[in-house]
Amino acid sequence: MTAFGKLIRTTAFRLTLVYLALFALFAASLLGYFAWNTRRLITEQISTTVTAEISEMIDIYSRRGLHGLGLTIESRALRPGANLYLVTTPTGQAIAGNVGSLAPGVMGSSGWSETFYRRFDDRGEENHRALVYVTQLSNGFRLLIGRDLEERRRMFGIVAKAAQWSVLVVVVLGIGGGIFVARRVLRRIDAMTGTTRRIMAGDLSGRLPVGRSGDELDRLAENLNAMLERIEALMTGLKEVSDNIAHDLKTPLTRLRNRAEEALAKSRTEGEYRSALERTIEESDGLIRTFNALLMIARAESGQARGDMVDFDAAEVANGIHELYEPLAEDDGMVLRVKAVAAPLHGNRELISQALANLVENAIKYGKPAALPLGAEAAAVSKEIWIEARRQGDQVLLSVTDRGPGIPETERKHAVERFVRLEASRTLPGSGLGLSLASAVATLHGGELRLSDANPGLVATLLLPAAAGLPARLAAQTADVPQKAA
Amino acid sequence: MEAEPVTGPVSEMRLLIIEDDRESADYLVKAFREVGHIADLASDGEEGLAMAETGDYDVLVVDRMLPKRDGLSLIGVLRDKGDRTPVLILSALGQVDDRIKGLRAGGDDYLPKPYAFAELLARVEVLSRRHGGPAEETVYRVGDLELDRLSHRVARGKDELTLQPREFRLLEYLMKHAGQVVTRTMLLENVWDYHFDPQTNVIDVHISRLRSKIDKGFERPLLHTIRGAGYMIRDGLR
Repeated sequence: MTAFGKLIRTTAFRLTLVYLALFALFAASLLGYFAWNTRRLITEQISTTVTAEISEMIDIYSRRGLHGLGLTIESRALRPGANLYLVTTPTGQAIAGNVGSLAPGVMGSSGWSETFYRRFDDRGEENHRALVYVTQLSNGFRLLIGRDLEERRRMFGIVAKAAQWSVLVVVVLGIGGGIFVARRVLRRIDAMTGTTRRIMAGDLSGRLPVGRSGDELDRLAENLNAMLERIEALMTGLKEVSDNIAHDLKTPLTRLRNRAEEALAKSRTEGEYRSALERTIEESDGLIRTFNALLMIARAESGQARGDMVDFDAAEVANGIHELYEPLAEDDGMVLRVKAVAAPLHGNRELISQALANLVENAIKYGKPAALPLGAEAAAVSKEIWIEARRQGDQVLLSVTDRGPGIPETERKHAVERFVRLEASRTLPGSGLGLSLASAVATLHGGELRLSDANPGLVATLLLPAAAGLPARLAAQTADVPQKAA
Repeated sequence: MEAEPVTGPVSEMRLLIIEDDRESADYLVKAFREVGHIADLASDGEEGLAMAETGDYDVLVVDRMLPKRDGLSLIGVLRDKGDRTPVLILSALGQVDDRIKGLRAGGDDYLPKPYAFAELLARVEVLSRRHGGPAEETVYRVGDLELDRLSHRVARGKDELTLQPREFRLLEYLMKHAGQVVTRTMLLENVWDYHFDPQTNVIDVHISRLRSKIDKGFERPLLHTIRGAGYMIRDGLR
């Protein structure tokens, strides 16, 4: 496409053309209105003057007779720029005036008419136009008074010329302005297109130029930049995941392979083979779990799990998870407690339950009090893990508090990342994905996972936006009660 | 392990496996035959549909992604024709919403790949029993253990047992499938209604609490751990 072709194809240029047509139409109608009114005004002025002169002449005729009228007319007819005068006898003979010839029949009809005439002293061939009034005097004499319309014609000519020029100016200015605007827009669009091409070619760090005017193109560029930001973050996340997968899944895979190899090389008895195979299955189950968790995180982060959102009570989730994990905690020498107040949530119940379960599992695993000699009472407190659900303003807080060693402030952000297992926990089993999943689930619901200090210990809180009003499901349950009783 | 059979005394089942991957299909057929079931094989959706319509099967095991006709549409056709044969869907898509999609399409259970054969077997056996099994009884009995579902009363011999509500539901599920293996995932799904995979042995702890209530102090244990698979409630002598 040629540069010009591109230019005239722009929206700006096309819009300019439309405006141009509109303005031309406007100018034409304005001038037309002006011309028509001017013409009317001139005609009116002429007829007023002529009417006045006619009645004056009739007056003179009635007082001074035909002779007086003739004298007056002759004297007036000789003035420069004079009106047209003609007095005829009943037989049509001209006896006074400055009109040489007239279109036939004009003198015959009384009243207003537009006609062609020639002056008495005019030697040219040309006929002029005039507006005339003919009246019959007594005795059959007829009087004509009129005015040349040259003035009106000239006026019309001026207006027509003005119209031509103004249309020309509008067209030139319009096309020029259109090209100017279109080129300006085109330059910016071309800059954007160039950047997007670079981005498509793989340079995700590129950003569109944003001007300072805050116009629609700037807003568009800002939005596109925000989108690019998100895409880049997702891509970075993806790359990180694949790096982590490569790194962290290869370890158990290597272990798996080594064991199989070792069993092949050394095992003699069926029991030895069997135990080697059992460990292989265990190891691969662990791998599958890790894969599932990773997939779940990826889906939560990409927002794909959004489809299954329902209204439910956070307290139910807290109580459910408490019920599920309470025996496990007790077996581990901990005490799991719950404090839940009804708090409506809208979201994926399964995912939020799992996120909370992960936090509880972490608390049970890592929340054991430091092995310092403590008083009996302090020891009882420090074995407690609290699950809490409550509403705070327009947020629902689901938190798990332990009295363990906590996570140093500097490491908290790091702890949420995938596969991160803080130094202190390296020796315990786990995939290192629990907090990442909890965090991804919170983000999916428009909330966040916050880790803070419980002095001593760790508070892991899922901050989620509260659902408006009472969840439908809860309302339905309340409504169910009398039915069940009946 | 050697002493405990992987399966309970469940009668022979006729299974149709609809799976296009030759190796996994052969493995399944062989594995089902080894534990005493009859397993037929169809390797694409159309063949599977034709066989399911003509053969009298107890359970269909259907892969979701099949050539010629996908698994969900196959189930849809069967259900539209009023065929209520239990279907277990096998799928590499293991996420929560895929499972819901599968169950909505008319599947009775959903198992993501990769799976343990013990898990598949346990689920298929439970499905099959549901198919031809007796109507829901009011009182479940295993040996001298009795559970009354209406009065929520549990007794072993002459001793009345006090169970927490969740322990009651756990025992109820186990007894409903007495003589069958139920896996940890099945318990988590059916007793707790969670479909995620806890990283810890949380179910084992609940089982051991239940066991201490129903088996402790009695000569003959009823609640058995089936290694590598799950749990089974059963009167040891039968």
